[in-house]
Amino acid sequence: MATLDSKVPKGPLAEKWSKHKNDIKLVNPANKRNIDIIVVGTGLAGASASATLAELGYNVKTFCYQDSPRRAHSIAAQGGVNAAKNYQGDGDSVYRLFYDTIKGGDYRSREANVHRLAEVSTNIIDQCVAQGVPFAREYGGLLDNRSFGGVQVSRTFYAKGQTGQQLLLGAYSAMNRQIQRGKIKSYTRHEMMDLVLVDGKARGIIARDLVSGEIERHGAHAVVLATGGYGNVFFLSTYCMGANVMAAWRAHRRGAYFANPCFTQIHPTCIPVSGDHQSKLTLMSESLRNDGRIWVPKNLEDAKAIREGRLKPVQIAEEDRDYFLERRYPAFGNLVPRDVASRAAKERCDAGHGVNKTGEAVYLDFDSAIMRYGREKANTSGLKDADDKTVRALGEKIVEAKYGNLFQMYEKIADENPYKTPMKIYPAVHYAMGGLWVDYNLMTTIPGCYAAGEANFSDHGANRLGASALMQGLADGYFVLPYTIGDYLADDIQTGAIDTQSAEFDQAEKAVREKLERLMSGSGTHSVDYYHKKLGKIMWNKCGMSRNAKELQEAIDEIAALRKDFYKNVRIPGSADTKNQELEKAGRVADFLELGELFALDALNRNESCGGHFREECQTEDGEALRDDENYRYVAAWEFKGEPKDAVLHKEELVYENIELKTRSYK
Amino acid sequence: MKIHLKVWRQQNAQSKGYFESYDLDHIEPDMSFLEMLDVLNESLIDQGKEPVEFDHDCREGICGMCSMVINGKPHGPQKLTTTCQLHMRSFKDGDSITIEPFRAKAFPVIKDLIVDRSAFDRIQQSGGYISVNTSGRPVDANAIPIEKESADASFNAATCIGCGACVAACKNASAMLFTSAKVSQYALLPQGRVEANTRVLNMVKQMDLEGFGNCTNTGACEIECPKGISLENIARLNREYLGAVAKG
Repeated sequence: MATLDSKVPKGPLAEKWSKHKNDIKLVNPANKRNIDIIVVGTGLAGASASATLAELGYNVKTFCYQDSPRRAHSIAAQGGVNAAKNYQGDGDSVYRLFYDTIKGGDYRSREANVHRLAEVSTNIIDQCVAQGVPFAREYGGLLDNRSFGGVQVSRTFYAKGQTGQQLLLGAYSAMNRQIQRGKIKSYTRHEMMDLVLVDGKARGIIARDLVSGEIERHGAHAVVLATGGYGNVFFLSTYCMGANVMAAWRAHRRGAYFANPCFTQIHPTCIPVSGDHQSKLTLMSESLRNDGRIWVPKNLEDAKAIREGRLKPVQIAEEDRDYFLERRYPAFGNLVPRDVASRAAKERCDAGHGVNKTGEAVYLDFDSAIMRYGREKANTSGLKDADDKTVRALGEKIVEAKYGNLFQMYEKIADENPYKTPMKIYPAVHYAMGGLWVDYNLMTTIPGCYAAGEANFSDHGANRLGASALMQGLADGYFVLPYTIGDYLADDIQTGAIDTQSAEFDQAEKAVREKLERLMSGSGTHSVDYYHKKLGKIMWNKCGMSRNAKELQEAIDEIAALRKDFYKNVRIPGSADTKNQELEKAGRVADFLELGELFALDALNRNESCGGHFREECQTEDGEALRDDENYRYVAAWEFKGEPKDAVLHKEELVYENIELKTRSYK
Repeated sequence: MKIHLKVWRQQNAQSKGYFESYDLDHIEPDMSFLEMLDVLNESLIDQGKEPVEFDHDCREGICGMCSMVINGKPHGPQKLTTTCQLHMRSFKDGDSITIEPFRAKAFPVIKDLIVDRSAFDRIQQSGGYISVNTSGRPVDANAIPIEKESADASFNAATCIGCGACVAACKNASAMLFTSAKVSQYALLPQGRVEANTRVLNMVKQMDLEGFGNCTNTGACEIECPKGISLENIARLNREYLGAVAKG
């Protein structure tokens, strides 16, 4: 079995990144002008990487399927971005951020990458402020912070509930500056259909113009995939509708190993499913757990009465409520990490305490926060004897200032006023920790093909902490990849422009056209969504919040059968040479039907519980995850061999030189 | 619920468009407006017909990709709501609903309800940024304190999602609200002041080149904006513009 070389530099942990930057090869400015780089995806990682690469002097082409780079789904991130600035003086440091991230990831991430992430986190905030990102500030004019799950300091910077939007628009503005200079050429409404390898190196892509349907060839000296995660394999998720695994999966089929696909994050606080028509799920930011308390009725009769509409939550007395996170995890309470909170909610609902019609919801209650803030405000406004009604009104104002846009969004979707009655929430698929395997330089196992942001696997282990996705996307794009890529490109200064008329490009284009024809030639029995929903059901029921060997094996077989049926019977109206949204969806679902199988295979192989991956066979007596460090302290990197089930496993052993592996406890 | 739809169909930018009528039964009040269109499209596909194409992505009201004019209003009848956040409970059983693309010279139709809004990107490219290098070493984020009021006002302007409803709402198809939001975001921050003059001149120039109409301060843009971007931003843009012209 081949071993994977992570290329982690030698030396003390805190010096690895500085030393590496001193050791890697550079490309001089004049030579950078002769080197082309393709960046696929324009979210935080893609936009920041392309802006920085262009600024350094490389010629960059960016691709996104949306009508503008600004639409990428990073824009929907709500809560915030972590950085070890220690502005609050609460004992934060680079080491603590590093430690929290490794522990939060349940000891399944690469130590050196995570430390580098913590190191550059502080630069992100400096950079964004210089770019005009309007972060929340205190009255003294300095930046404000809040707290997120799994940590005991306040290190999260935010812009109301729209932090992702503001950071992405910042990166987009940096891109725009380079577009104006002519250093970036932006291709919108374009989708990458395949990666082209020449002499074993990534040398370009085949893309489809989604408006004209034309198939295009684009050559480059390196290809960066910043195409996000694959959570839409579950059909219902908090991802945007177009999010897909196509670029990453095409690279996987061409030789890039896919790492830890079963590490997927199920976020505890989402608006529950309301019916069969549901097309997507909406997140309620983790920041709400700063002030919201999660509970279910203690008595099964009360829960039943609520489900049947005979009882309202406000009628349930305090002593009849079970604040189950506070009960089970007194040290972290409602701010336990996402995997822990999600499992605990599922456990209560499975036990019959759920509170919506289908019994798949718990309460997130702001009542005590409203009264606490209201009392404080009354005291500081000279209203020491204010009655409860006045206090409540004052408190609601403060909660509105903090979370107003989230409350408004909830009310629009759920048609209930969360100031007056507790929110109903339930876990939903939200993020993929797994992704393309990359080395310390963020290069995949294909030379010249890089993966950044959510598309790679490296930093979050088996569970990502809140406000760390934005941090990683921007760290990879602004501060890591633009430098590490030079080490590879230094050998390409005399290569000259990549010829897109070569046999390799011919072959790749032909394969893309054949694939499209195959999709268009289905018998026309079922729509693309029919298959996507079926796949989603298999994934949610058998590869969701808890998994077991029997069901995972069933999932593998069922997905393979579904894929076969899909190619035979899918119906795609229209033609391939015009705008055709059904064809776009079909191409994405085709790849999900392969990835889903690998996902289940990976989950079956990992015979331990860690982070978001919970195997029913591996749990402690009180239902906590039971890790197996002796046998599974590795990254599972899968090599494609024709069919997903035939994928070959390669292991990268995870070495912890600076951290002692412990049972993760938030009690 | 039963719903009667009149939907704009247009094969591509060159062809002529027309309204097509559809009747839908079994629409749930809890469905989003786009989920209602998903139901329509599933039934069209079942009948072997081409589905209605429309732009959408996040379905959370933040990416700005969804558009369409619903019963004469960009993003439909609800205030401060994008099409994707609109729910069928805003309509009554038996209602007729007319759906059209955003209409403006600078937003040509691509197909059905999809329009080309790349003019907005080009306005941003002409100056919607601060010229600092991402690879440089900027000063510490807390080195320049910013008055909370200015920071909050800058943030409010920056929440524009670039959907184009302001243009679709305007009788002149003016892009002033969009452009002024970006100009304001930077004008209100010390970091953005440095290039304030060239920024406003370049962005207004590009806006005019794209073929957007003039602003006559009727305020329809503000009323229809799903994010509540204020007309004050247009006043600020005018002030910034006049100041920049005066300085030459």
